[in-house]
Amino acid sequence: MRSEARYEDGPRAPWWLKVLAYGGLLFLHFPILMVGLYAFNTEESAFSFPLKGLTLRWFQAAAEREDVLGAIKLSLQVAVASTAVALVLGTLLAGALYRRRFFGKEAINLMVILPIALPGIITGIALLSAFRLAEVTPNFWTIAVGHATFCVVMVYNNVVARLRRMPHSLLEASADLGADGFQTFRHVVMPQMATALLAGGILAFALSFDELIVTTFTAGHEKTLPIWLLDQLGRPRDVPVTNVVALWVMLITAVPILVAWRLTRGTEDVAGSSK
Amino acid sequence: METLPGVALPAPARPRAGVARVVANVLYRRSTLYLLLLLTPPLLWFGGVYLGSLLSLLVQSFYTFDDFTMGVTPELTWANYKALLDAANHDIILRTLSMAGTVTVASAVLGFPVAYYMARYATGWRKGFFYIAVMLPMWASYIVKAYSWTVILSKGGIIYWLVERLYLLPALEWALTLPGVGGSSLSTSNLGRFLVFTYIWLPYMILPIQAAIERVPGNLMQAAADLGARPTQSFRTVLLPLAFPGVVAGSIFTFSLTLGDYIIPQLVGPSGLFIGNMVYTMQGSIGNIPMAASFTVVPIVIIGIYLTVARKLGAFDAL
Amino acid sequence: MSSIAVELKTVSRHYGAVKAVDGVSLSIQDGEFFSMLGPSGSGKTTCLRLIAGFEQPTSGSLLLHGQEAAGLPPYERDVNTVFQDYALFPHMSVLDNVAYGLMVKGVAKATRHKEAETALELVALGGFGSRRPSQLSGGQRQRVALARALINKPRVLLLDEPLGALDLKLREQMQAELKSLQRRLGITFVYVTHDQGEALSMSDRVAVFSQGRIEQVDTPRNLYTRPKTVFVAGFVGTANVVSGELARRLTGSERPFSVRPEHMRFAMSAEGNRVSVEGRLVEVQYHGASSRYEVRVEGNQVLTLSMLNGEADEASLPRRGDTVRVAWAPEAMVQLESGG
Ligand SMILES: Nc1ncnc2c1ncn2[C@@H]1O[C@H](COP(=O)(O)OP(=O)(O)O)[C@@H](O)[C@H]1O
Ligand SMILES: [Mg+2]
Repeated sequence: MRSEARYEDGPRAPWWLKVLAYGGLLFLHFPILMVGLYAFNTEESAFSFPLKGLTLRWFQAAAEREDVLGAIKLSLQVAVASTAVALVLGTLLAGALYRRRFFGKEAINLMVILPIALPGIITGIALLSAFRLAEVTPNFWTIAVGHATFCVVMVYNNVVARLRRMPHSLLEASADLGADGFQTFRHVVMPQMATALLAGGILAFALSFDELIVTTFTAGHEKTLPIWLLDQLGRPRDVPVTNVVALWVMLITAVPILVAWRLTRGTEDVAGSSK
Repeated sequence: METLPGVALPAPARPRAGVARVVANVLYRRSTLYLLLLLTPPLLWFGGVYLGSLLSLLVQSFYTFDDFTMGVTPELTWANYKALLDAANHDIILRTLSMAGTVTVASAVLGFPVAYYMARYATGWRKGFFYIAVMLPMWASYIVKAYSWTVILSKGGIIYWLVERLYLLPALEWALTLPGVGGSSLSTSNLGRFLVFTYIWLPYMILPIQAAIERVPGNLMQAAADLGARPTQSFRTVLLPLAFPGVVAGSIFTFSLTLGDYIIPQLVGPSGLFIGNMVYTMQGSIGNIPMAASFTVVPIVIIGIYLTVARKLGAFDAL
Repeated sequence: MSSIAVELKTVSRHYGAVKAVDGVSLSIQDGEFFSMLGPSGSGKTTCLRLIAGFEQPTSGSLLLHGQEAAGLPPYERDVNTVFQDYALFPHMSVLDNVAYGLMVKGVAKATRHKEAETALELVALGGFGSRRPSQLSGGQRQRVALARALINKPRVLLLDEPLGALDLKLREQMQAELKSLQRRLGITFVYVTHDQGEALSMSDRVAVFSQGRIEQVDTPRNLYTRPKTVFVAGFVGTANVVSGELARRLTGSERPFSVRPEHMRFAMSAEGNRVSVEGRLVEVQYHGASSRYEVRVEGNQVLTLSMLNGEADEASLPRRGDTVRVAWAPEAMVQLESGG
């Protein structure tokens, strides 16, 4: 009887392990729940618990704030621009590196990962000092250039994993049947890697939309949404709007992450382990 | 010769002509050219923008900063690196390192059971559920998560409320008096800062460990059991060594991310700068890019050493 | 009139120190069913890939219908391949898979779908067009791969162990179908296999590969009856290869020779002009229609003798452990080149 039960559900976990595992999940989600809760808080300048009351009025207030909308718009624009660059560069790199071996391949691989492997301050200050040397004042494009640099790896990881899983004989079969490189790319490679490309693009988008540390160096006077939020933390009088925007940001990023997960599910891990 | 029944093709279609085909042929024959074409844009981008910046940063770390004029001159000097050894800067480096180390250990301890359960026991929908439940907080906005903790830790916030309800307030107040841990309140204590760091980087520890354990075949554990190992024995002698590269891989993230952070130390915890704050203030309000640059070399070197050791321990296979 | 479809002139393909194909020369006639036979790793696939254009020779030249093919990409060769793993496009329907070659040549959709349907009927898969490759069995996928190649009307069809993944019964059925298809269409088939039975039963001619080189190219009958090398004698069917001291005593020369097991008989004594040697019967295997007898003779060599059951009186047959004399006609001996 015991062995059959194991067959159905896998081995049974000891109770203490379950407690630790679900406790861990609770820990991970508890602050997120709090963000959801406080967005409806009536209190204007403190965080007392239990809440004094619930209201929807701050959503209205936040939606009417020019600075909030401006920050959201800027963040979206930066994310679109840097994702576009990342899609092109990431795909080119994946195409070059997925199969062929050549001198310097490892170095290129490392170079792509470096911008997210090194702490954000390093990338940030390096870019800033270079912009200063080149006498470029920080603007929209300096933010986007910085973001694109660390977004490439998201696209690259996803696409390269998909290409490596694609049997090489498919490409040979296509050539064998009369398709040149361009035709093979269009009719075989592209359909095979489309969802990986989409997933990589979404992750790049989410990464850019959220990025704070590098952005604080490259943004100058521009305010992306994370920077706006950071500034808000020094404004205790504006707490209700901050709470609402915090919830919005959570929701805006959660959706694409779920979509990316669905797109790559069962094929490979969304390369989350290297956000 | 018979033809396919009913098929009346005009002679086998000839290769199409056209510019695309000509280009395709050239790229086919000159595969090195093709490779170069693929690599040129990314190499220009990374070489020009990224490596160029890093290099210029490195060079500037040797420039001279004039304290009186507050200006930078391109005279090469070791002064900035010598300054790293000043007692104050030395403290900053040690403070950051010890926090990164503590956070890493705590993440491993907290993350291991979650990862272990995910990899070994969660099946079917539970597997997907756990994966998403770890991924979503990981991808959730960094600044929102940090903000949320300032709410949670604040006086009158949920933690204080809970502690009070459990009649543990004296215990918390006693804990906050301990040197190295305490501060005037939770949100200005090292304990609070440590909590936030651990929370934010924990998922980066869970996923690599989970991936590493997943790769240990289940029957290896059964084999150990067959050979008479008690569960704790097979855990210690079989699973732990095999999961260890995952722990090291995760620790690369938790360590490096804590090392470079400057937002959380600014929001939560006592005064006293981290490396990141130092870099930010040096370049920002003071304009001393050379000193800021030499400060960034510290985490680069530490992480370089860390990565080298990690590679030896096989962590890269677990990424 | 027969012309040459494929010609290899001392073609080599080396990967570093590995000589995958090493100085191979052969010519394949138009309309021929030509097999490449050899053990795994002997260079058959590489040879096929050279013809298809997926690999370029390190040296030597390759002609397709008299034209030099060096540097010609696969998509400009009038040659199609049936891949061992079928290589069907998973994101396309079966019909679109089959129509692929026509699509990339710019044939209109309606036309190419009609022709794809016909090609599917040719391989007995009419009506399967709307399925995905993943919804087909192994044998059906194999037929789709075949239809997809044939629709291009190649002059040469290359098949790399196309039946390797099928079970025995299906394999035998497909062998017959492939052979009859090849006869009807008159296309040159170049067929790679490591299964000597398959090669012998289907082919007009067979090239036997060993270590990147060709040992012998011949008709199946000649390969069996007149093997040229020790390797061919041993690889194609079962052979008793006798060499060294025993060969010298029996033939006066140390040059090895081979005798097929079915040409050997038990004899009472050294008689007439038959060659014979004495030994001990060490093993008897029953194989249904026939039985095999293993006899250990001088020099510790084991000779295998095969006899149809019922051919001889049951009682007169020797038993394991008996001392026996094995004899064969001098014509049954085939002189071999040593080497290999
Ligand atoms: N791309 C390659 N790189 C290195 N060695 C190869 C490659 N392709 C084939 N080989 C080697 O060449 C030899 C012949 O291989 P192959 O043509 O596949 O033999 P077969 O099809 O007869 O089994 C083998 O030893 C194989 O390992
Ligand atoms: Mg082969």
